[in-house]
Amino acid sequence: MAEMWINMGPQHPMTHGLWNLKVKVDGETVTDAEPEVGYLHRGIEKLCEDRTYTQIIPITDRLCYGSSLTWSHLYCLTVEDLMGVEVPPRAEYIRVAAIEMQRIASHLMWLAAYAADLGAMIGFIYTMRDREIFIDLLQALTGSRITYNYPRIGGVAHDTPSNFERDTLRACDYMEKKLVEYEDIFDGSKVFMMRNVGVGKLTKEDAMNLGITGPMLRGSGCKYDLRKDMPYSVYPEMDFEPATHPDGDCYSRYRVRMEEMYQSCKIIRQAVTKMPKGKWRIVAPRNAPVGSGLGRVEDPRGEGMMYVVGDGTDRPYRVKIRSPIFVSVSAAKHMLLGYKVADVVAIMGSFDMCIGETDR
Amino acid sequence: MNLFEFSYGIIHWLVDLVNHLWYWLGDLLPWVFGDFFNAVGDFAASHGHIAVMAMLVEALIIIIIGLVNVLNFIWIDRKFMGRMFDFYGPYYVGYRIGGWLQNLADGFKLFLKEIITPAKVDRVGFLLAPVMFVGSSIAAMCTIPMGYEFYVGTNDIPYDAYPIPGGPEYPGVPASVLVAFALFAIAPFAILTAGWSSNNKYTLIGGLRSAAQMMSYEIPMLLCVASVVLLAGSFSFFGVVEAQHDIWFAIPLFLGFIVFLTCLVAEVEIQPFDLPEAEAELVEGWTTEYGGARFGLFMMTGYLRGYVGGALAVAMFLGGWHGPAIIPDPIWFLIKAYIVFVVIEWMRWSVPRVRVDQILNIGWKRLLPLAMLNLLIAAILKTLEVF
Repeated sequence: MAEMWINMGPQHPMTHGLWNLKVKVDGETVTDAEPEVGYLHRGIEKLCEDRTYTQIIPITDRLCYGSSLTWSHLYCLTVEDLMGVEVPPRAEYIRVAAIEMQRIASHLMWLAAYAADLGAMIGFIYTMRDREIFIDLLQALTGSRITYNYPRIGGVAHDTPSNFERDTLRACDYMEKKLVEYEDIFDGSKVFMMRNVGVGKLTKEDAMNLGITGPMLRGSGCKYDLRKDMPYSVYPEMDFEPATHPDGDCYSRYRVRMEEMYQSCKIIRQAVTKMPKGKWRIVAPRNAPVGSGLGRVEDPRGEGMMYVVGDGTDRPYRVKIRSPIFVSVSAAKHMLLGYKVADVVAIMGSFDMCIGETDR
Repeated sequence: MNLFEFSYGIIHWLVDLVNHLWYWLGDLLPWVFGDFFNAVGDFAASHGHIAVMAMLVEALIIIIIGLVNVLNFIWIDRKFMGRMFDFYGPYYVGYRIGGWLQNLADGFKLFLKEIITPAKVDRVGFLLAPVMFVGSSIAAMCTIPMGYEFYVGTNDIPYDAYPIPGGPEYPGVPASVLVAFALFAIAPFAILTAGWSSNNKYTLIGGLRSAAQMMSYEIPMLLCVASVVLLAGSFSFFGVVEAQHDIWFAIPLFLGFIVFLTCLVAEVEIQPFDLPEAEAELVEGWTTEYGGARFGLFMMTGYLRGYVGGALAVAMFLGGWHGPAIIPDPIWFLIKAYIVFVVIEWMRWSVPRVRVDQILNIGWKRLLPLAMLNLLIAAILKTLEVF
């Protein structure tokens, strides 16, 4: 068969969003690839310049449907850096518990989509079912299920609901049991291993040179986790270990995410039990000083960074968002060459694409 | 009374009824058409005419049975999948019979849709592929007997013209095992035709994957069939099933049964081996350009092939229609075929899809040696005259 270009996207089951991957195939083998993002550009950075600091929080929620809380938290961190606001400790603990729940929910959604990509429908249904538990907890905490609009500049919107600690601990126990079950479903399946081990190799050097962060970098054996290496919020007080796996293939990325879910359960337990009493929010000033603030967090997909420039008014002069997937997707061509068409789905699935934050 | 005699009786009764008219007309108009009407009546009452008509009735009965089975299969599939996945499956359409009518509703919706033939397709191939796919599958279904009295075929065509074991001494389709597997293996060509003629890159890859996949599973599968035929000493399903009167072939040829079942999953193209229509990679694979009634036919035939596959496994390895006599033969046959189908569905919903090079590896490096070993076991058993 002659070589031909195939459009995988913008409307394609593989894409999980609105982007295009052009793949040049020789028979079934990929000989060239060209990712093309930008179909979902909503101008969020520009929209932010038009709104007051508090009004921006719901917009940053819309950056990623999978982990919206992380992004609004990142925004609040950045603006607190700009304004020099001290957050009360209770709010920090609530934030950490909430973003770790969000991390579990995001990873479970990734696992569901990944299983469906590989054709294992049972993985899709089971993981989405168990994701509900954390979504329900977040609903109890914040009042909504996808775009939470929960962090505020100087704290969080509400205190925890009643019985939050009990329910959270119970959910963590349940989740750890279920994670073992997922390992049975996935690692125990020979076909899953065949599709994953050795597919989509990304060496440590390449990953670092390409600027990849998050589970993909840790899946290549580089132990780099902002929660440990550049701790923010109350992560220094948490006892956990960043998950890494040395091989750099789809399977090690899967392992890293599974391991992170265990670690997140551990962090949630500590955050909920150590949570002090007290205020959960202080009133931040309306106007920011002239200057700039920088925030970096470990998003479920990698390193999220925000840079906010204030000009003395109540609106930012400039908001810059660094999206982890926008950087990672540039590695697509590097990773796809030489694999089969079916592996394109597995490799791009292991990226955990989220187009909302990529195109902003 | 077997199925042929039953159909023969019906046609005979109808012919007698209508012949009153012909002979009455012959009596009424003797000077013009008398000879003609009497000749028509004589022809209608002749054995050959009634036998041919009876065979058509048989085919109709078998097709109706197959289609009702398809409805059951889709329902079982959805219900079973639902229970596996923690939901109920179809529920509201046909509330009192467990959502059974949902399939009819879906099929009705598909058949009401506009039938679209895209402008730049190769029309001949595009229109021929559904006919090949559906026709070969239904024909394969018709060759499989469901009981000693329940098969398609006549009682009285001389089989001496077929000098193969399984030809003359058994009723029904001569050498039916060969015919069934030959017809069953036509579908990949239909898929290749559909994929190539659709003028679409996804369908092209899907069709060629189907061809590549056929390379890998067809040979081990037929080697397993060869081992069964060797033990039974007959190319007829009747001979194969009769040979399993004391012990099912699945027990001495357990290895072959596993290989056969694996190849069957690949043959009917469901989940671990549904490469031609891998929906995550190739949108909808080779059916991408088909819509409406044609897609409905493809989907229906997919399940029909599931039934045929189950029936083949039952006839070759699971003792056919043998079972305690309290239940009639065809019902035993269907129960076993349903169980095989459920096992296949169980596999389907719980494992990921394999890759195209991996299926070739599985076929050539794993299944083929196992099938050869199985053939060797069969030969040893035959030499020791265990069977």
